[in-house]
Amino acid sequence: MIHEQSIREILTSLDNKQYSCRELVDHFIARASDADPNLNAFITDTYASARNEADHMDKLRSNGTAPPLAGIPIAHKDIFCTRGVKTTAGSLMLDNFVAPYDATVVEKLSAAGTISIGKTNMDEFAMGSSNENSHYGPVKNPWSEKAVPGGSSGGSAAAVSARLCVAATGTDTGGSIRQPASMCGITGIKPTYGRISRWGMIAYASSLDQAGPMTKSAEDAAILLNVMAGYDEKDSTSANQTVPDYTQSLNQPLKGLKLGFCKEYFGDGLDPKIETAIQTALRQFEAQGAEIVEVSLPSSKHAIPAYYVIAPAEASANLSRYDGVRYGYRCEDPVDLEDLYKRSRSEGLGDEVKQRIMVGSFALSAGYYDAYYKKAQQIRRLIKNDFAQAFEQVDLIIGPTTPSTAFSLGEKTSDPISMYLQDIYTITSNLAGLPAGSFPVGMEAGLPFGLQIIGNYFDEGRILNLAHQFQLESDWHRLTPEATT
Amino acid sequence: MSRADWEVVIGLEIHTQLKTKSKIFSGSSTAFGAEPNVQASAIDLGLPGVLPVVNKEVYKKAITFGLAVGANINRRSVFDRKNYFYPDSPKGYQITQLDLPIVENGQVTVELPSGGTKTINLTRAHLEEDAGKSLHENFHNQTGIDLNRAGTPLLEIVSEPEMFSSEEAVAYARYIHQLVTYLGVSDGEMSQGSLRCDANVSVRPVGTIELGTRTETKNVNSFKFLEQAIEYEIERQIQVLESGQTVRQETRLYDSVKGETRPMRSKETATDYRYFPEPDLLPVEIDDAYIEAIRLEMPELTGAKSDRFVEQYQLSQPDALSLAANIPLADYFEEVVRSGGDAKLANNWVRVELLAQLNKDNVSIENSPVTADQLGTIITKIADNSISGKIAKTVFEALWRGETKSAADYIEEQGLTQVSDSSSLEPLIDRIISENPKQTEQFRAGKTKLMGFFVGQVMKETQGKANPQQVNEILNEKLK
Amino acid sequence: MIVDKDVVLNIAELAQLKIEDHEIDHYVDSLSRILQLVEEMQSVDTQDVEPVSNPLDGIQRLREDQVTEEDQRELFLANAPESEQGLFLVPRVVE
Repeated sequence: MIHEQSIREILTSLDNKQYSCRELVDHFIARASDADPNLNAFITDTYASARNEADHMDKLRSNGTAPPLAGIPIAHKDIFCTRGVKTTAGSLMLDNFVAPYDATVVEKLSAAGTISIGKTNMDEFAMGSSNENSHYGPVKNPWSEKAVPGGSSGGSAAAVSARLCVAATGTDTGGSIRQPASMCGITGIKPTYGRISRWGMIAYASSLDQAGPMTKSAEDAAILLNVMAGYDEKDSTSANQTVPDYTQSLNQPLKGLKLGFCKEYFGDGLDPKIETAIQTALRQFEAQGAEIVEVSLPSSKHAIPAYYVIAPAEASANLSRYDGVRYGYRCEDPVDLEDLYKRSRSEGLGDEVKQRIMVGSFALSAGYYDAYYKKAQQIRRLIKNDFAQAFEQVDLIIGPTTPSTAFSLGEKTSDPISMYLQDIYTITSNLAGLPAGSFPVGMEAGLPFGLQIIGNYFDEGRILNLAHQFQLESDWHRLTPEATT
Repeated sequence: MSRADWEVVIGLEIHTQLKTKSKIFSGSSTAFGAEPNVQASAIDLGLPGVLPVVNKEVYKKAITFGLAVGANINRRSVFDRKNYFYPDSPKGYQITQLDLPIVENGQVTVELPSGGTKTINLTRAHLEEDAGKSLHENFHNQTGIDLNRAGTPLLEIVSEPEMFSSEEAVAYARYIHQLVTYLGVSDGEMSQGSLRCDANVSVRPVGTIELGTRTETKNVNSFKFLEQAIEYEIERQIQVLESGQTVRQETRLYDSVKGETRPMRSKETATDYRYFPEPDLLPVEIDDAYIEAIRLEMPELTGAKSDRFVEQYQLSQPDALSLAANIPLADYFEEVVRSGGDAKLANNWVRVELLAQLNKDNVSIENSPVTADQLGTIITKIADNSISGKIAKTVFEALWRGETKSAADYIEEQGLTQVSDSSSLEPLIDRIISENPKQTEQFRAGKTKLMGFFVGQVMKETQGKANPQQVNEILNEKLK
Repeated sequence: MIVDKDVVLNIAELAQLKIEDHEIDHYVDSLSRILQLVEEMQSVDTQDVEPVSNPLDGIQRLREDQVTEEDQRELFLANAPESEQGLFLVPRVVE
């Protein structure tokens, strides 16, 4: 089946004229048109432009001038600005916002020949771990209609999991790529902070946000990361580091690789089935020549408090621009400026977003800055130092992505804290700025879950190498939800 | 109690727009006077997903200013977000520098109009972005927002509260204006808002040490208004205190029409700014070599240049200072000297004739129709007696009006060279004497005042070209 | 830190959010719980610890002073809720 093919296989098929770009794109559009009314993975479809681009790519292919990924159907999380296409960040606030420019990620993927078939659903402004905080309604987990897909990149995860597109872009501030990847049984990697440009990516928490690919396999992730990564002079925080060819390191032998087993990750609250599956994976890595070393990350336990101060604080400022003046939602008949601001913001933004703006404003307010914001940034230093020490002993750190498999729709909506605890394993790498990926490692009661691999700065290649070697020896990443078969 | 019983304490925050081509965080033009919002890019509008990148020139300008006031240049400076909602602040926060500004601790000494000097310490000078403009007219009871100015680089120069009169405050503001203009840090165009002052004013009974409650009068954009606003505030605060009330710490606006200050009503004034480091930007690090390179490129400061002019050109102190205070004028003067040779003449011509014409036609020195080289030629011709001062003015005016490009050619073409040749002057003078027997007789009888009449006749006949000195000599001889 | 009605209303004012009377209790409750969660940080000794504001501890690159932007006013104004003569309109502001 076309939709089960890897990017490499699709490119070969296109080269061999087994099908055209147009046929490929039509195939995925047909699948999406069929499944999405139920899944709700997309906010906006771009089928018409996708078909035009596919025809164009077929022309380029026939005259030999096609870019490397010509014709690969993808989808963009609706947090990336796409010129001429509605870009909502999952919010009523931006329901009428047509982006006047392309995000760097969008521009690069487009230049490489990929074709976007739509903008995927997400938690509003990327705030959430279940995709239930979208103005456009929750996304269903393709593995179970009753389960959440995870969030905030839930639409992208569901779309890739249900094979509605070959791959999708996501963003990860506290786990928003990895957690839904884990819950939907796909591969997702959050690269080193600064590896991928944030230009055109709607900000949640600037010092934590990072884009990444969401794919069926580590190999596909390497191919997309090759395109997405790189220095961008439009983003002052983007890293001026050369981008290696991530596909080149996929097949390096694991012999001699030192893998950190972090004891803090395997305590209370972790589903024992997930722990068992990770232990099994570790045995497999050992069998392939890797060495397991125990490491400690003692400050990790403070990660959630630190994150839930830093992210809301940055968000509170980042979201001040949504004021109903230059774009976005404006309330009806404002009586004065204050009314315009307050009602536009209160009506245009959802509850979780407002809650985080309130928390963040509080953490920055006079008299509390030192005790909250500054304290959290200091804890961040301790977490960073822990990792620095650990990476003196090991090459990669292995752990779970999530404490459990996908929970039920509505299960945690009334309790923000239990929702926040979803991010317990993923947040630390955002705080430290380290690359980390989630890769399918098992199933429980019909729901997938992932293994998390955290690497040192700019060591995405090694993460993908380990994941690829695992995927060569296992089939978890090939399993697809029954709903799509 | 009377005014004499109160002591006034004033601190100024001067916002000066930096003279750069593009904005502080975007590649938009900073040119003044464009149609609304045509110079407001995605970054300036605060569109979703945009990010700032710092303009290098902005740092260079700030460092130049810091060096000129003997300040510390922080090797590491950090941008912060200052959060407040206002329609001309598109992101809902202003990017500024709070804890680690680029410049700290400078000092300036200014001359006071009433005599003497005053030394004022600068607390800091930090970089930030300007806001847009709100236009309140003609939109059916709505306000129009123009964001062309949003993101224009500002250097906010903060003084210590150590000025004790409006005279000191205005002298200080004028000095800063002159300095930033001189250094090329700002274009100094006050009418375009390139320099705006916030005045912090408080009063306290004479003899107390503790400062009184201050008010901040914002956005005063002329020296005259600054003086008026401060004076008004002083009187108002004294009146409030003398009537037994307390001064409210608040932000006020100066109404130049009514000549009074009033509390600002906008929300901007009442808020808790929730500063935190701007996560979209990284700390800026400056090394010693960069600072030294800027120091080498800096223009000669006014004092040093003035001293040099006195020494090198034997100018009087006031003349030297008035030239040195204006870089383009000083440069022009030195070019005239290089071309014309005579520094005293150059000084006179530049400061008197040229400046008068520039002022009259409202032309800047940079756009003077008479180039330094052309004026130099005129001066050469005066110095070697080829033309008189009066003819020189005619030549200058012709150049000014664009009637000619070359002083030398014009003198030649118009036959303006002085007639100093006695062989051509003598027959003429003989004729004039014989045609005016009555005056000749009177002269010889002792009415020597009539010399003027004879010189006038000669000048009339020669259309002013005769060398007056020579005419005098010949007449004296012939009328003996 | 105790979150009460006044705290909620004060923060809402800073954040320019309209909180209806019936929402106040909800905010008091949820903010209290979140602040309780983050209160745990206070037990950590962070004396002399340098705060992280950028994970890579990088240094800012400075851009050359060049005008690179063109006029895109009409494109940008297309997203404006209300505009006239090239200006964004808001209810009348009194300074």
